[in-house]
Amino acid sequence: MSSKKYTLSILVDNEPGVLSRIAGLFSGRGYNIEGLSVAQTAENSALSRITMVTVGDDHIIEQITKQLHKLINVITVNDLTDKKYVQRELMLIKVNAKPEHRAEILRIVDIFRCRVVDVGPEHYTIEMSGDEGKMEAFIDLLRPMGIIETARTGSIALTREKKVKIK
Amino acid sequence: MKLKGAEILIKMIKDEGIDTIFGYPGGAVIDIYDALENTTGLRHILVRHEQGAVHAADAYARAKGTVGVALVTSGPGATNTVTGIASAYMDSIPVVIFTGQVPTALIGNDAFQEVDIVGITRPCTKHNYLVKDITKLARTIKEAFHIAKSGRPGPVLVDLPKDIMAATIEFEEPGEVDLKSYKPTYNPNRKQLSKVVELIKEAKRPVIFSGGGVVLSKASEELTRLAKMTNMPVTASLMGLGTFPGSHSLWLGMVGMHGTYRANMSISNCDLMIAVGVRFDDRVTGRKDKFASEATIVQIDIDPTSIHKNVEATCPIVGDCKNTLEILNSMLESENPSYIKGNIEERQKWLDQIAQWRATSPQRYEQTGDVIKPQYVIDRLHKLTDSNTIITTEVGQNQMWTAQYYHFERPNHFITSGGLGVMGFGLPAAIGAKAACPDKLVVCVAGDGSIQMNSQELMTAIEAKLPVKIVILNNRYLGMVRQWQELFYDRRYSFTNMEMSPDFVKLADAYGATGMRTDRADEVEALLKKGLACEGTVIMEFIVEREECVYPMVPAGGAISEMILV
Repeated sequence: MSSKKYTLSILVDNEPGVLSRIAGLFSGRGYNIEGLSVAQTAENSALSRITMVTVGDDHIIEQITKQLHKLINVITVNDLTDKKYVQRELMLIKVNAKPEHRAEILRIVDIFRCRVVDVGPEHYTIEMSGDEGKMEAFIDLLRPMGIIETARTGSIALTREKKVKIK
Repeated sequence: MKLKGAEILIKMIKDEGIDTIFGYPGGAVIDIYDALENTTGLRHILVRHEQGAVHAADAYARAKGTVGVALVTSGPGATNTVTGIASAYMDSIPVVIFTGQVPTALIGNDAFQEVDIVGITRPCTKHNYLVKDITKLARTIKEAFHIAKSGRPGPVLVDLPKDIMAATIEFEEPGEVDLKSYKPTYNPNRKQLSKVVELIKEAKRPVIFSGGGVVLSKASEELTRLAKMTNMPVTASLMGLGTFPGSHSLWLGMVGMHGTYRANMSISNCDLMIAVGVRFDDRVTGRKDKFASEATIVQIDIDPTSIHKNVEATCPIVGDCKNTLEILNSMLESENPSYIKGNIEERQKWLDQIAQWRATSPQRYEQTGDVIKPQYVIDRLHKLTDSNTIITTEVGQNQMWTAQYYHFERPNHFITSGGLGVMGFGLPAAIGAKAACPDKLVVCVAGDGSIQMNSQELMTAIEAKLPVKIVILNNRYLGMVRQWQELFYDRRYSFTNMEMSPDFVKLADAYGATGMRTDRADEVEALLKKGLACEGTVIMEFIVEREECVYPMVPAGGAISEMILV
């Protein structure tokens, strides 16, 4: 079986230690977390949604999903991978902006529909959101100017279905 | 009714129907012990080491088929329980561990005897809690018991800060536990089960493989009925011993690394395996691609993570073993009784083949000469005791010989640390089992190495008047590791030669127990008789053949059909 990227949307109790249980499950069983984002849900403050990206084959993902389900604080685990879903990631990217590159950077920012949120004498900080492909394309275009640093949230995702099943 | 936190704790434990707890006092639990002093109807057994408290609670739970409880203090008291908790977790034993904690205001300050036990035990408990609000205390304790005993059971730890135990509130009954995220599946899918009925009718070479889940769900009667009704032979994992009577003609013996030849060959050649409450541990399967490679595997387990974890099940059924077997049996009962036994000729051929495996390669030892063979001691112990006897073991050769030569007839009578393999388990476990079943004879089979890992619990047995009989097979080696060194490491006995041991007879004497010893084969039976009949706690030490190995043996990672036989 071949390895691929899986996106799991996990609804959990918003309590201390829950993230640690999940992270511990991954490290203890030798699974890797490629991306992770967590926040309280707006619809219910007692719950948090974790969006996790992990890599493995079908067999490993089946185990991960079942093991996650087994945790008392996990309410639902939704494997989005083969479903219709929207996915976004937020990135802040600080890039060298020498006078000769400024116009070019702004053109790229414009094309990617993102925006400059901070300007210095020799740098721009740009905010962008999108899916992973868009992020990578954007980074590749800015790389020649010299990327100073980036911060990324990791993916967040929701299914396109209207109804959400809570077990 | 106004109650202190400590009083709420004791009330909630008693409300669960628990009559005995195992514990050790300390600063952080002093309020609980203060409340225990005035408590009736709840016996507290003072152990001599917190590890012993958890093993005793574990064995209490197993012998009685209920939940075991341990109570210890914060910091070192809590960390000392970790081995016991991990063992209970691996064997899915319902134990609730209450640990003291420093007052809530001090948590995180590196206070005296503070440790993050919830963090430490997260990977080896089914669930755990830190109670920071006294209004949630009763509910949390109730949840802890509910989680420990339901579904696939396991240990649950509750960390109790000192100020919460000392505070007082108006007590309110917590009501029923309803956890929206925790609903174990007890009832199997009937459609899947009707497939199993067809599989049983068509099977030419079927085998039932029974595990610890059958003990936990109290399904051994149903399992035995299934086997007898369908004329299917039965094997078991270490944890499943006793779920099918060891004297029955359909019994194959244990499967796996030290399983019988006929059990391993049956698994390797079967065309249908009904696996009930097993998790296909590596000590059972050996090389996985050769394990039951010709078989359709039906796997019944309450825990979905046990399915497809190690072995691909053709027909997985999530459900409680007892419920599932009851339904399966009733489905089979409505069939023609001769059809469910398969084709008569085919089945007879299969049973004849098994009989032949048994005849050509039986599990055996030879007691010749004066030097005692350890298997002979277990053999005699089995002959001299009845099926009501509870046997606990330490870990290593003593454990395997007990599994092989004490032919268990009933569930809940063989108590061993199966998954984690904890040396030092047997003695505190024997004490826990005796507390659960005071009318039963309890024997701990030990090695000279492992008995030393928790021998301080002799004092507990004496003080609590819980007499247990300890059989030490003394070969002055860490025998199982030595065996591996002999077979796979050119006899380089690196640090396994334990020629220095205490005088176990004097050790017994020092604690106020009775000690006796022999090194002669012709005295084994007489000494066992004398020791078992003796009142109080007894150590019976047998100086045995030093380099005896446990056979048959499947080398680690090998196919279970490829065994070293003698």
